[in-house]
Amino acid sequence: MITMREISKSFRVSRRKAGFAAAAKALFHKEYDVVQALDRVSFTIGDGEMVGYIGPNGAGKSSTIKIMSGILTPDSGQCVINGRVPWKNRVEHVREIGVVFGQRSQLWWDVPVADSFELLRDIYQVPEQTYRHNVEELTELLDLSTLLRTPTRQLSLGQRMRCEIAASLLHGPKVLFLDEPTIGLDAVSKLAVREFIKRLNREKKTTVILTTHDMQDIEALASRILLIGRGRILMDGDLQTLKKENTVYKTLTVEYSGGQLPQLAGATVQQSRPGRATLRLDVGVLPVPEAIAAISRQVGVTDLSVTGGSVDDLVVSLYQKYHI
Amino acid sequence: MKKYWSFFRIRFSTGLQYRAAALAGIATQFFWGIMELLMFAAFYRWSPQNFPMTFSQLANYIWLQQAFLALFVLWRMDNDIFSAITQGNIAYELVRPAGLYAMWFVKNAAMRCSSALLRCIPVLVVAVFLPAPYGLTPPPSLQAGVLFILALLLALATTVCLVMLVYVLTFYTMSPMGIRMVAVSLGDFLSGSVIPLPFLPDWLRGVVELLPFAATANTPLRVYSGQLAGAAAWQAVGLQLFWIGALVLLGNLLLRRALHRVVVQGG
Amino acid sequence: MKAIRAIRLYGKFVSMHLRCAMQYKVSFALTMLGQFLTSFSALLSVYFLFDRFHGVEGFSFSEVLLCFSVVLLSFSLAECFARGFDRFSVIISNGEFDRILTRPRNEIFQVLTHTVEFSRLGRLVQAVLVLCYALPTSGVYWTVDRVLLLVLMVLGGVALFSGLFLVYAGFCFFTIEGLEFMNIFTDGGREFGSYPMSIYGKELLRFFTFVVPLACVQYYPLLYLLGRDTSFWNYAAPLAGFVFWLPAWLFWRVGVRRYKSTGS
Repeated sequence: MITMREISKSFRVSRRKAGFAAAAKALFHKEYDVVQALDRVSFTIGDGEMVGYIGPNGAGKSSTIKIMSGILTPDSGQCVINGRVPWKNRVEHVREIGVVFGQRSQLWWDVPVADSFELLRDIYQVPEQTYRHNVEELTELLDLSTLLRTPTRQLSLGQRMRCEIAASLLHGPKVLFLDEPTIGLDAVSKLAVREFIKRLNREKKTTVILTTHDMQDIEALASRILLIGRGRILMDGDLQTLKKENTVYKTLTVEYSGGQLPQLAGATVQQSRPGRATLRLDVGVLPVPEAIAAISRQVGVTDLSVTGGSVDDLVVSLYQKYHI
Repeated sequence: MKKYWSFFRIRFSTGLQYRAAALAGIATQFFWGIMELLMFAAFYRWSPQNFPMTFSQLANYIWLQQAFLALFVLWRMDNDIFSAITQGNIAYELVRPAGLYAMWFVKNAAMRCSSALLRCIPVLVVAVFLPAPYGLTPPPSLQAGVLFILALLLALATTVCLVMLVYVLTFYTMSPMGIRMVAVSLGDFLSGSVIPLPFLPDWLRGVVELLPFAATANTPLRVYSGQLAGAAAWQAVGLQLFWIGALVLLGNLLLRRALHRVVVQGG
Repeated sequence: MKAIRAIRLYGKFVSMHLRCAMQYKVSFALTMLGQFLTSFSALLSVYFLFDRFHGVEGFSFSEVLLCFSVVLLSFSLAECFARGFDRFSVIISNGEFDRILTRPRNEIFQVLTHTVEFSRLGRLVQAVLVLCYALPTSGVYWTVDRVLLLVLMVLGGVALFSGLFLVYAGFCFFTIEGLEFMNIFTDGGREFGSYPMSIYGKELLRFFTFVVPLACVQYYPLLYLLGRDTSFWNYAAPLAGFVFWLPAWLFWRVGVRRYKSTGS
């Protein structure tokens, strides 16, 4: 159980102006800006939930994750995870969580993965039997059997990420934080990682909190979405309802011959070159059939496709709705 | 040339922005100078008759050394250049050897000048106000002052030439580590950055003072205080010119061969 | 029991680091050689200065070498095993420290285990050689208590230098720019600690006794070893190296707290 109540956090960043004189002046006097990274953030996540935490860069995602994993102390507000305040009982708290930073490795570069695992076992003081059991299970689920005896540096990115995730789960955490777990992976590895996370959540009831820019991750994994923007929780709901209520944009790609595309209210041109254009339609103003009808009146349409309702569109429309 | 000027300006103003770094650097160099002087002072008290120069000359040597440290230390090398060489990116640039040598030369010289400029003034100003014989004093004659500036520029050129040689040799070894280490540890001692060369025994000095390393920091720092004056000073400057010529020639020769090899092998 | 388990875990880390270093034998050997060479020029300068002046402040060449080797020995040991602190700015800037905070172990312990750099022991080789020369020639009459004191000097020195590295790491929480000045005490301590600190004058001796107790691990116990002043305080002086850990640790704690409240 994770409870965040009215969590706020601000940072001071030094302001630097360009130019020679400003640089010389900064030698003696520095100016600061205060940035409100989190502004009264509240939410509750129940045991065994799988939550997608999304928002643009700098919105406060990583600050939230850092607070929940005990790295950062907030200015005000309460956060209780499994009955503990993360930044007050750091050591006890982190025994029960697992963190995967997609961009950073926790495996030793030059030794076989299994050796890194054993060291982690000792760091977390996992009892031998539990450790054996967990490794066996993870090996099977993530298909690691051939990888364990390979030095990390010889693994592909996808293989490494599977090992990284396994490494974060050796001590059987109740909560797993995944920060961009599929970044840079090829399609097959992405699918494997997603499939595993789903099974982990389903079978072991591990609570999963996932930040990502990859909307397919969200679509595949998260039943619930938290949207953060400018330090505030803007939306909290399940994916289906959100889609229904918010999908106001569809993407229309037309290939045509002769004439020029008409200017239509509710359609913005995203890409266009002679004979082909991609339009984003605001369905509230201009429904798809009307748009198609208007276009075919002006030009000869040779091909046409409509996409939309994807999480990408959802996020774009959410961002627009909340002006972030 | 304009490119290098703006490169220099950018380096200088980024240098200024990091005020803590600049202040810390100045404090470090100042403290280092004091400690070194106090150490020599202890030896001076023990047997002044064995001191190879006046104490004030030594003080000038040490303060100028600290102030212009960035111009002369050999370990200041450009890691971009090393990685360009070892990863073979040079082949794609298809620059003629002369162009490449000049480009790297100017880049390194500018890098050193910008760091030195930022740091020398505070160190020099404070050193001037230290009590005699620990402080920085003006050169004994106008001639010594002028000669110092000339020798300083030539010493910078010699230092960069030596560094260039390390870059060029990296084409052959493909790993900068070994050559860089030997050059730095050897060069530091032989250029008088650990102890000024006059403190070495005479039998060693005769040889060491002819080496290209002696044409770097050693020459201007001793010319300034008149410790190296008259014919000996001119001789030292002449030696600097000789080594610059020889090193540029050698560097270009080796570079041409190395690039030729790279091109033949197809990079 | 807890301590024993921690030591055993530390041992595992050390052997992992050794195995990793052995993956790159050539570069390991070269770095080791480089370490040896760089400190060799310091030794040369001591040699040449004594060749010219025959003594300093009442100390002979071999006596100074005793001091030189003790300081170099402690420095290289500290640099090898506390290198994590020495490279802490990197650990912070690449986010490794966040990782450390997500693990159920003491932060200092984790930084100590993060990096162990055996190639730094290149200096150690030289220090041992010099010590072997200085032991018989320094004119010290070696008794059990004096040998013990020598060990204590080295241990105190290791504590002092690693404490300095800890302070250095603590500064990384506040600024990454201004760190250079700590070199005065770390590299400077090694260089200028080659000589008994008394040669730098009363004020600096006082500073290096009460603020950064470098003189406590070389000058004072050296007086005891040489039989010039066998007071209790000179014998106990190296303990100051351990005492130095207290303020260093407090400073580090302040830094960690700040890190947790700024996240950078």
